[in-house]
Amino acid sequence: MPTAGLALIDYAVIGVYFLFVLGIGWILRRDMRSSEDFFLSGRSLPAWISGLAFLSANLGAQEVIGMGASGAKYGIMTSHFYWVGAIPAMVFVGLFMMPFYYGSRARSVPEYLKLRFDEKTRAFNAVSFAAMTIFSSGISMYAMGLLLATLLGWDFDVSVLVSAVIVLAYIVLGGLTSAIYNEVLQFFLIVLGFVPLVTLGLMDVGGWDGLTSRLGAVATEQGYAAGAWTNSWSHLGSASANPMGVEWFGMAMGLGFVLSFGYWCTDFLVVQRAMAAKSMEAAQRTPLIAAVPKMLFPALVILPGMIAMALTHQAGATGFALPTRADGTHTYDLAIPLMLIHYYPSGLLGLGLTALMASFMSGMAGNVTAFNTVWTYDLYQSYVRPNESDRHYLRMGRIATVGGIALSVGAAYLAAAFNNIMDLLQLVFAFVNAPLFATFLLGMFWTRATGHGAFLGLLTGTGAAALHHGLTVPVGAATLVKGGWLGIVLHQYPSEMAQNFWTAIWAWSACFVATIVISLVTRRTKSDDELRGLVYAMTPMPEHGHLTWWRRPATIGVAVLALTLALNLVFW
Amino acid sequence: MGHDLRWPIGAMFALLGALLAGYGLVSDGALYQRSLGVNVNLWWGLCLLAFGLVMLAFARRSARLNAPRPQST
Repeated sequence: MPTAGLALIDYAVIGVYFLFVLGIGWILRRDMRSSEDFFLSGRSLPAWISGLAFLSANLGAQEVIGMGASGAKYGIMTSHFYWVGAIPAMVFVGLFMMPFYYGSRARSVPEYLKLRFDEKTRAFNAVSFAAMTIFSSGISMYAMGLLLATLLGWDFDVSVLVSAVIVLAYIVLGGLTSAIYNEVLQFFLIVLGFVPLVTLGLMDVGGWDGLTSRLGAVATEQGYAAGAWTNSWSHLGSASANPMGVEWFGMAMGLGFVLSFGYWCTDFLVVQRAMAAKSMEAAQRTPLIAAVPKMLFPALVILPGMIAMALTHQAGATGFALPTRADGTHTYDLAIPLMLIHYYPSGLLGLGLTALMASFMSGMAGNVTAFNTVWTYDLYQSYVRPNESDRHYLRMGRIATVGGIALSVGAAYLAAAFNNIMDLLQLVFAFVNAPLFATFLLGMFWTRATGHGAFLGLLTGTGAAALHHGLTVPVGAATLVKGGWLGIVLHQYPSEMAQNFWTAIWAWSACFVATIVISLVTRRTKSDDELRGLVYAMTPMPEHGHLTWWRRPATIGVAVLALTLALNLVFW
Repeated sequence: MGHDLRWPIGAMFALLGALLAGYGLVSDGALYQRSLGVNVNLWWGLCLLAFGLVMLAFARRSARLNAPRPQST
């Protein structure tokens, strides 16, 4: 497998980036006067900054490396994670949920659950979310250390510790504002670092027509129709007709509704960016602004993977090929990194690697800032030291940042030692997350939903997810982590992804039904007054009449959905 | 939080662009065989430099518009 040696110019580029990242934290340190400054940027950010941070906080290792790998493995169908699995949910959270998140003045998503339901529902969400952010941050660190060791021969320990210290420094100094400012910087770096890669790759394969023709050969060789890698919807009629092994209902309902709305509408990691906006209008526009670059991101992260697959099948002018494992499958995760070191000369290679590191670090910082807020507000202030001064909580936020980074480093080494443990943990978190959107949907749009209903509904949904996973397996499952661990297999799915989508559907449905039934048989504990600002029927919606028509959130939302529909039709 | 983020974004990309374009001017042409013969350092460096300068120009214009005007009673 090819590896890269870096020249002095590459180190200079990486050095400039680190200098600016730390400089931003240093300049912002004087602004951190209260806990609201540190955890919520003093709710002062313009929409374009919170919008790009909303997108960038999600640009972790899984996004750039994972989507590139999926592009190689599944082709343009990977774009469903954007055009079906992100954009509609981003529009929904901006138009319909942000008025409650921002209007209630809740400082976090778990705190919203406390205001709307009760303490036990908040605690359940806060504890599971805090643990999840630590492991996500650790996985990001582990993936970066592993990648830099594989590609550049850098020492794993040094890579993990240097990235941890840099992220720690700029968050401790400048809090959420520093993380958000750096996420915007990282967004531009990722875009400008990957554009030449896509351009050179497309030139090498002969443009879109050349790519389509080469991927047609890849598809027919594997027994699919020629367009299986370059059409997004045409082959979703049956799971056996596409490389993803998913049919249209599982895709639309499992990914497009349950998983995507569950992530974009309830995950505090991204919602925190919108909560930092300077006004309700800016908070509503945050996810809508993020949706515009989000819908174009497949061109930056999926297309290189598709090009890597096309070149592997039929080498281009420069003879690129993905490495092959002993079992004959390709190492898809290396698609984007290997493309970088294949096409980029010294200089631009430094920029490409910096963009890659920026994506890992923005994912890490996003998780750590969400963790320190939930820890300080929802766990420490609620259950450990409730009546301390604001200065005390500001100091605790900084301590929580150090603790969060230290735990993330521990999680990175845990992942390095026991890869299956991380698979298992991610599976457990998926069980907890899948039903969450049902709780929020009922909480925000049904005044009769009760705290007991929400809490027991969440537990029922989590149990249903575990039960479904334990009774089903995907084709080719080699370990119990992949399913069937209850000893009886009731159904076999054509792919792991199909099993994940249907696990989410069962979890959401069970939570939705259980919450309704239990709410109807338990007493409502919140008065109408207490639900003001928290539930649709009790909350006046923000007025946007003073804005010109094209600046209104609803107009932007409709335009975003129309553009997304157009992209789906173009690549149908 | 009165910091305009366009200053650091503009400064960083102008600096990175100048670094890459400068390196593109002095580096050996054989280096660019892997990038299909295109001197990507020079061309992309100039693009980054232009992007950085545009960002800085916007930040400067915004700072001027928002500056307190000199003073009437």
